Amino acid sequence: MRTDLTHIQRWIASGSRVLDLGCGDGEFLETLRAQRRVRGIGLEIDQSYITAAIARGIDVVEQDMDGGLHNFPDQSYDTVVLALALQAVRHPDQVLAEMLRIGREGIVTFPNFGHWRSRLMLGLKGRMPVSSFMPHTWYNTPNIHYCTVKDFEALCQQKGIRILERDVVGNTNRTPMLSNRWPNLFATTAIYRITL
Amino acid sequence: MESSKLTQSIGIVTPQVARFDEPLALTCGRELPSYELIYETYGTLNNDHSNAVLVCHALSGNHHAAGFHSAEDRKPGWWDECIGPGKPIDTNRFFVVSLNNLGGCHGSTGPSSTNPETGKPWGSDFPPMRTRDWVHSQYRLAQRLGIDCWAAVIGGSLGGMQAMRWSIEFPDRIKHCIVIAAALKLSAQNLAFNEVARQAIESDPEFFSGSYQDHAKVPSRGLALARMIGHITYLSDDAMANKFGRDLRSGSLVPGEETTPEFQVQSYLRHQGSRFSGSFDANTYILMTRALDYFDLAQEHGNDPVAAFGQAQCSFLVMSFSTDWRFSPERSREIVNALIEAGRPVSYAEIDANEGHDAFLLPIPRYMDIFSAYMRRVGELD
Repeated sequence: MRTDLTHIQRWIASGSRVLDLGCGDGEFLETLRAQRRVRGIGLEIDQSYITAAIARGIDVVEQDMDGGLHNFPDQSYDTVVLALALQAVRHPDQVLAEMLRIGREGIVTFPNFGHWRSRLMLGLKGRMPVSSFMPHTWYNTPNIHYCTVKDFEALCQQKGIRILERDVVGNTNRTPMLSNRWPNLFATTAIYRITL
Repeated sequence: MESSKLTQSIGIVTPQVARFDEPLALTCGRELPSYELIYETYGTLNNDHSNAVLVCHALSGNHHAAGFHSAEDRKPGWWDECIGPGKPIDTNRFFVVSLNNLGGCHGSTGPSSTNPETGKPWGSDFPPMRTRDWVHSQYRLAQRLGIDCWAAVIGGSLGGMQAMRWSIEFPDRIKHCIVIAAALKLSAQNLAFNEVARQAIESDPEFFSGSYQDHAKVPSRGLALARMIGHITYLSDDAMANKFGRDLRSGSLVPGEETTPEFQVQSYLRHQGSRFSGSFDANTYILMTRALDYFDLAQEHGNDPVAAFGQAQCSFLVMSFSTDWRFSPERSREIVNALIEAGRPVSYAEIDANEGHDAFLLPIPRYMDIFSAYMRRVGELD
């Protein structure tokens, strides 16, 4: 399973209700169901992912987050997960607000644009960063709202969102200390548990 | 029939008839003293009777959903694309039950059956049917077949409405509910089309207020017209454009050599209409369109579909088709949103398809994939 997803599992309580925004092929919800008896539902727009999730026995609704999440009632889930999708939505701030309207807690993971490699590429080469982690070129990327660790935390402060926990995925497993100490520079993926 | 068609299908099937002598109380307040249901089954019921699937038919459907009645049959049952060995409703795994609903004209008791009180055909005096009445008669058939709980109840269009009704009428007797190209209730536009169809039949001089059988007549022109109207609503603008465009079957539009032109679409509709009117009963058509009109899942739940689905205990799969304008994707999303709000497990897919409402009968790859993927979970995780 993707590293950010293995990191966030521990934040999800046994038997809780989870809404996974951009659930992909449903592997995460399947793991949660098997290991934590979680009752989950996923949102997805990718057709092949939807079929794959249904084949796993995961409930998935074909719905585009950019069209809003009005159909999910207030506080109807324990946790709403948005894993590596914040940067691809049209209105990240509104999605965050919706997550915390629908769920008691939210879990957000996103690629940290403040990573030193991105800075180096933009700063020295003057080119938009392309890496194995962010493989798209600027004109064909689905990621339309890149942000850094600091940007995200500033937004949370502005919106009155409380950060309960922060976790990071570093470039390699050998340098967790660096990315924990200076996440904005060394985290490739930033991970947050948030609430209102 | 090609032999390959036979091997890809469930093969030769034989309808059966179940007779019920216990009166059935109907939603309209009347009761049917006794009645018969014609049905077919495909596959084998397992030892603990847990693999039974009910297929509910739409407006003009019947019990013959899959396979062939004889080796000479040219066409298989109406949902043969979805029911059979290795197909989404896999007859190697499931025991499939498909019946002709009450009020039908293919062997179940309906307007063309004899009214035991008068010795004459019921005609338009046959009691109006509601989806709920069908569900209750289907429940009795399930009892007769030894099925306490359906692994799934499945239907498209009006069939999907029956499936939804099952989920709240008998919540502990259905594990999965599959609702395809349906709606919580008809829109004013839907009601309007149905009314035009009924008017077409009723204004045929050979309708005789529904007692045409007594006069040895058939209002075939009215029924054909009703079917033509319906057929237009089953197809999308694109599908008709692709299939017929403005192609002429005969005549010419060239200035100077103008001869009365007949467009391909005209001839197609006439053919559909006349074929249908030769095989369907006018009173049944009226009854079925009224059942559609009267269906409103949430009516008795304070018009709140969330409260209605609050009764349900099963899981749901909802599917819609992009160009369906009879029961558009928006109508399916209303179902899905009510299920989400009611906290029911639900999966939803909106299938890109050019074919309009009729798409639910066609083997569209993504539709088949999702249907198959969901059916594999039916009976496995429970």
